[in-house]
Amino acid sequence: MSTPNLHPGLNLGTRHGAAHEGAETIVFGFWIFLMSDLVIFGLVFASYLTVANPMGMAGGPGPADAFDLRSVFIQTMILLTSSLTFGFATLAMRHEHGRRAIAVWLGVSLLLGLGFLVMELRDFAHMIEVGAVPQRSGFWSAFWGLVPLHGLHVAIGCLWIVVMLVQMAVLGLIPVVKTRLLRLGLFWHFLDLIWVAIFSIVYLGGLMP
Amino acid sequence: MTDPDHRSEARLYLAGFGLALTLTLIPFGLVHWRLMQGRALAITIAVLAVAQIVVHLRFFLHINLSRQKREDLQLILFTVLLLAIMAFGTLWIMGNLATRM
Repeated sequence: MSTPNLHPGLNLGTRHGAAHEGAETIVFGFWIFLMSDLVIFGLVFASYLTVANPMGMAGGPGPADAFDLRSVFIQTMILLTSSLTFGFATLAMRHEHGRRAIAVWLGVSLLLGLGFLVMELRDFAHMIEVGAVPQRSGFWSAFWGLVPLHGLHVAIGCLWIVVMLVQMAVLGLIPVVKTRLLRLGLFWHFLDLIWVAIFSIVYLGGLMP
Repeated sequence: MTDPDHRSEARLYLAGFGLALTLTLIPFGLVHWRLMQGRALAITIAVLAVAQIVVHLRFFLHINLSRQKREDLQLILFTVLLLAIMAFGTLWIMGNLATRM
């Protein structure tokens, strides 16, 4: 940690020259996007909490009927591990371990992201089966507004990883590819942070004895 | 792979992962085995969640109190302030309305 950091998130370091210098404003701009996204999530959480009560459920299915704690736990583990593997991808880029090392860690993160989405879609299918659909009650409208919004972000993150793998292969590790990977890393870690709030408030809060 | 900087930074990521894992396992365990309940459990889950978010910010997003990154920390704190006003205000008003119904 000898080189000064210019921005939050893992820095490229001075040996990357122009890519490191240029990252300061670019990454700060990306933080402004992340924070506006945080405001959106925060307000969707607030509206979820206003209807997370028996009145909001309108006699329909409640959390205990539709949530599966074991599946949520596996999803949480998958997403947390993918944050670690993405961190290793960023470290491989920072310490110039070559494209292959970065691509391997990105590939592992991508597979974990897809695994998360498959588990989540299975949960959603189960919810639809038991009648926990958005039009059933205010509670389920708010749920379907919140949790799939995060899932959509993860799906976009997966697509972004694919795009970056292609760009790395075609363009090589040019500065713009490096700063895009930095921003993708922040996005990925940010999604894991939102998930902490989702499993704590929606799933653990909903299933708590 | 023998780069000492790389090894110490990878170890930091693993430390963050270990902390986050612990802070995840505790609340899931509490709910699964019904070790606590009611308000005490809700408060415990909330405290552990905030702690885990701080761990993620520190170890994965590399936010800290060093001088170079003050602007970003201020951006986050200001966003949290805005959210607190809007989200807490929403909950307050809606909760108040619910008690009047």
